[in-house]
Amino acid sequence: MTAENKISKVQELVYEIRVGDVMKKNVITVGPQDRMSEFGKILREKRISGTPVVDQGRLMGVISIDDFIRWLAERQEDCPVERKMTKNVRTLYADEPAVQAVNKFDQLGFGRFVVIDRRDEKLVGIITKGDIIEGLLKKLEVDYYDEQTNHRTIQSFFDDVLADKAALFFQYSVTGHDFNKAGETASRIKTTLKRLGIAPQIVRRVAIATYEAEMNLIIYTEGGEIRVRVEPHKILVRVEDSGPGIPDIEKALQPGYSTAPEWVRELGFGAGMGLQNIRKCTSKMGLMSVVGKGTQLRMNISLDDGVASETN
Amino acid sequence: MTLEDVRKILDAEFIACGELLHRDVKTACGSDLMSDVLAFVKPEGLLLTGLTNPQVVRTAEMADLGAVCFVRGKKPDKQTIKLAEAKNIPMLTTPLSMFESCGRLYRDGVVSCFECGK
Ligand SMILES: Nc1ncnc2c1ncn2[C@@H]1O[C@H](COP(=O)(O)OP(=O)(O)OP(=O)(O)O)[C@@H](O)[C@H]1O
Ligand SMILES: [Mg+2]
Repeated sequence: MTAENKISKVQELVYEIRVGDVMKKNVITVGPQDRMSEFGKILREKRISGTPVVDQGRLMGVISIDDFIRWLAERQEDCPVERKMTKNVRTLYADEPAVQAVNKFDQLGFGRFVVIDRRDEKLVGIITKGDIIEGLLKKLEVDYYDEQTNHRTIQSFFDDVLADKAALFFQYSVTGHDFNKAGETASRIKTTLKRLGIAPQIVRRVAIATYEAEMNLIIYTEGGEIRVRVEPHKILVRVEDSGPGIPDIEKALQPGYSTAPEWVRELGFGAGMGLQNIRKCTSKMGLMSVVGKGTQLRMNISLDDGVASETN
Repeated sequence: MTLEDVRKILDAEFIACGELLHRDVKTACGSDLMSDVLAFVKPEGLLLTGLTNPQVVRTAEMADLGAVCFVRGKKPDKQTIKLAEAKNIPMLTTPLSMFESCGRLYRDGVVSCFECGK
């Protein structure tokens, strides 16, 4: 499994998603006979930078804030917008793959496209880069964080996906002592990784390791957070809770050592194999704990050595 | 052999995903310790167990097991069966004991899916 394969799955999704799936549908429009002064009012009230000009559903042109300013500057008489609008509008069809839109955004340097229906050429929506990314993230059920700014930036995600250097980040909360829900988080992580096109033996290792960690959160703590970060060459998982902590880490790491209560053993856990198993499934793991404060478990699963431990 | 063969050999019945009866079964293991299963079992194996809680299905899901068979006539609750259906994990139940079930399958050529040991 190579990084290229993984990211191309994201690109595959860009092909899968249609312009019509992610566009904004409630578009503010004006008619060709509407006056420039009215258009100015709409710009001010709706805080938009332009609108399509539509006559009975058919797209006649586009009028922008630039057209409005030019009209103001020329101090001309009030007139219908059709006299000032741009008539030659670049459009996309609703049934085109989103990737088509991606390419056109790049080629033409446009911020948005008007979307029309292929059969009757009627206006159906408007699409921006951001709409495509939002659709993509929804499909992947993940969040994207920008390293530098440390928050979700849709625009740079877009560039990173195209440049094959996207990192995807997702985070889950686990509630302590809720045995019936145990495994839900690991299951969701597994589903997402599969969707990203990551090799099955790697998905399995991450699933087993996060499941063991999730079990420990549920059995020994009041709950905690599981964070997963998928990079082109590795998957990083961080599991954190806020207590009770592990008094002797050496001991806890020994296979067979367990403080699990009887009810946990009756359910098939508490063999003292969990941490051992996590170590086995990961390329690197680190366990830090402070009694009374909490425990932090870090795992690193390389995407490049899938063959090394293919049996697990 | 297939899951359908397993069903016949163990006098078992399907309780989830019966439509997957043609799924291939080459290896199996018997265990009531889920962390052992998670640690040592190879993918696609059949798990025989006396436990019926939802974590059995979760374990099967995470470890990519091929199917689960409950011994001594045990049956999980509805929710656990629903979970197995959702995750596409076939489940059977046999009236036989763990020992008898493993013995019959071994006799008919199914080998261990535990990685360790001989
Ligand atoms: N997050 C945690 N907070 C506090 N103690 C923990 C935590 N994780 C593990 N431990 C301690 O470390 C011991 C070993 O954990 P490990 O997961 O290896 O085995 P186990 O949970 O006891 O059994 P198994 O995982 O096989 O079901 C536990 O019994 C518990 O005492
Ligand atoms: Mg454990």
